Amino acid sequence: MSFPWAKQYTPTNPVMRFFDEKLPLPRLIYNAVGAGYPVPRNLSYFWNFGVLAGFFLMLQIVTGIVLAMHYAANAQVAFATTEHIMRNVNWGWLMRYAHANGASFFFIVVYLHIFRGLFYSSYKAPREMIWLLGVVIFLLMMATAFMGYVLPWGQMSFWGAKVITGLFGAIPLVGEPIQIWLLGGYAPDNAALNRFFSLHFLLPFVIAGVVIMHIWALHIPGSSNPTGVEIKSESDTLPFHPYFTVKDGFGLGVALILFMTMVFFLPNALGHPDNYIEANPLSTPAHIVPEWYFWPFYAILRAFTVDFLFIPAKLLGVIAMFGSILLWFFLPWLDKSPVRSGHYRPLFRKFFWFGLIPAMIVLFICGGAPAEEPYVMLSQLATAYYFLHFLVILPIVGQVEKPKPLPYSITEAVLGSDKKAVLGENASPAV
Amino acid sequence: MTKLLSVRLVAILIGLGFAIVALYSFVLGAYSAATEEAPDHLPYEDPIDFAFSFDGLFGTWDQAQLQRGLKVYDEVCSACHSLKYVAFRNLEQLGYSEAQAKAYAAAKQVPGIDPATGEETMRPGLPTDYFPAPYPNAVAAAAANNNAIPPDLSLITKARGDGTNYVASLLVGYQEPSARMLEEHPEAAPGPGLYHNIYFPNLNLAMAPPLTSTGQVTYDDGTEATIEQMSKDVAAFLAWTAEPTLVKRKQTGWPVLIFLLFATVLAWFSKKQIWAAVKPKRQD
Ligand code: HEC
Ligand code: HEM
Repeated sequence: MSFPWAKQYTPTNPVMRFFDEKLPLPRLIYNAVGAGYPVPRNLSYFWNFGVLAGFFLMLQIVTGIVLAMHYAANAQVAFATTEHIMRNVNWGWLMRYAHANGASFFFIVVYLHIFRGLFYSSYKAPREMIWLLGVVIFLLMMATAFMGYVLPWGQMSFWGAKVITGLFGAIPLVGEPIQIWLLGGYAPDNAALNRFFSLHFLLPFVIAGVVIMHIWALHIPGSSNPTGVEIKSESDTLPFHPYFTVKDGFGLGVALILFMTMVFFLPNALGHPDNYIEANPLSTPAHIVPEWYFWPFYAILRAFTVDFLFIPAKLLGVIAMFGSILLWFFLPWLDKSPVRSGHYRPLFRKFFWFGLIPAMIVLFICGGAPAEEPYVMLSQLATAYYFLHFLVILPIVGQVEKPKPLPYSITEAVLGSDKKAVLGENASPAV
Repeated sequence: MTKLLSVRLVAILIGLGFAIVALYSFVLGAYSAATEEAPDHLPYEDPIDFAFSFDGLFGTWDQAQLQRGLKVYDEVCSACHSLKYVAFRNLEQLGYSEAQAKAYAAAKQVPGIDPATGEETMRPGLPTDYFPAPYPNAVAAAAANNNAIPPDLSLITKARGDGTNYVASLLVGYQEPSARMLEEHPEAAPGPGLYHNIYFPNLNLAMAPPLTSTGQVTYDDGTEATIEQMSKDVAAFLAWTAEPTLVKRKQTGWPVLIFLLFATVLAWFSKKQIWAAVKPKRQD
């Protein structure tokens, strides 16, 4: 499960020795995020986002539990209890703003985490399971965030719930019964609100469980690194503690500065003003838009505007939207290039920076814009590229590309071309 | 090997399928975009920037302004708009004493129960009561206002983009539609019972101009009650009702950020120091 040079846990403190004998929890921590876990010494800051995602998951759970102490999931009072939290509960406004912006930051760090995975093809063998569990986490996150947004029972809560559950209505024959079953009625109301609250409370703990498996799976091969060359010897690694605990600590500080700036100075910038209007089934908002983190996928949904071969446009959009995420499950078997890191893949890199990234930006902008031209046309082009990129270009590029020469080892990459450089005496310190 | 190849082959076919359908939608969409006229938007204006005292990173309430705004709400807006999330006791945050808030409450009639008969009656308000609504229900509100329901104002500045500026702009934005506007957008002419306002997204709303003349409200602090002054004051008051904790939030933010900045700089130097030992060195 680890490298032969990994340090062993040897408690000196009698209390810790007592614990370690009866329940080796300190040993588990030591081997998972302590000095007993050797990590590639060349990890860049892109490897910080997993830990940051874990932090924001915990923050969401803590603030969420406090909010749940004051919230009531009933369509009559949900909006008012949210305002009660904002006005009358001590520090309630802080809990709510932290939770709402925490969701956004959770998605920001997870998107950067996925971006890292895509650029360095971290999904490739032997890390397929880490990636697959990651996609499961992402799907669970989307479900959790969607249901959470319904809880304050504002206009966007209500109409977002109506539009998204309405997607299931596009499924032929069984669609409408499924939609009614999901909502517990014909439109979102108490039944829907209650079950959304119940599931919104449950799912973060399910996510936490999958995250444990995600990290467990990570510890089998260990982290990849910016060269994509696997660890060959002890000099390629540094113990997680203190080298990466301190690096992750610094990264957490930067993330918290950005996060707290939003919470204290721009707490509503990422939200929609309509959600400060209480839900009203009789008044449809001018533009129904989901939260920003769903925009790219919402754009794909809306890109399909015409029926094709008797398949209704709406159904095509629904299939494409779910397909656009589900296809990530297959990436380890689609991208068969033997090279992992995008730095050594000239052709892949071009498609990544000049194809995928612009397409994602276009989808993001179009998803937040009203369904008008030119946004619809742009989103159609970007959607076409999105699917071509993952399903056509990635498999072919892996076959035809001539990768650049890889460094022999991580150590060599760290030393660079300077023939006189060496790793210092403490290169692999015994901490 | 052949099995893996077929996984990729299937993927390529599916990928081409999605791309073709998306491009097919694009071509048809482009065709209709080229042949049909796009619906154009009504040319409403973005709100004026009034530079409120509580804007910006260091903003604080101007208590005198909030008190003036309360008076405008009390004497004008409360005829049609409720303020249901604000309690009389909250007025102490505007600089009123407990006794003043109590007296203010007592001067208002709120729905109550007659202790002798159990019948619904009106009674003088207590500090713990919330601002009473002008209409018993939405139907009554719509009936009295040409079928439009005056929204509750407690959260209005958060429920509109750039809300505080928007509310103040709306109150000063009533004017006759310009000739050019009517020519280019005939639908911008106000219908019966509607009033033209360049800041309202529909350009016409069912609220008659509520503030119409200087001195409509007599300010206790001697400030001249121009329409613009009253509009700004009531908008500021409504910013407070929407988020009474706004200033406390900003004031709490600073120590938090300063602490985090300090901790992060510390973490940066710790990182540098810890990593120094293992950085590659030149062998000279
Ligand atoms: C005579 C009744 C009446 C009075 C007095 C009145 N309003 Fe209104 N107000 C309305 C009605 C009716 C609407 C709904 C308009 C519509 O939706 O077309 C409205 C709507 C509004 C809106 C929402 C506009 C939007 O963007 O939807 C605001 C803000 C507002 N009023 C503020 C005020 C303020 C501030 C005052 C006091 C200075 C005030 N109103 C006084 C009747 C009134
Ligand atoms: C709650 C959300 C998540 C948490 C807490 C989490 C946590 C972590 C952590 C701590 C690591 C090791 C540090 C790092 O490489 O950054 C990691 C690695 C990884 N994660 Fe996640 N993750 C989450 C979501 C995801 C998602 C959504 C995906 C992909 C769809 C994903 C894919 C990966 C991959 C492929 C690796 C290995 C990267 C490598 O070694 O190069 N993770 N994750």
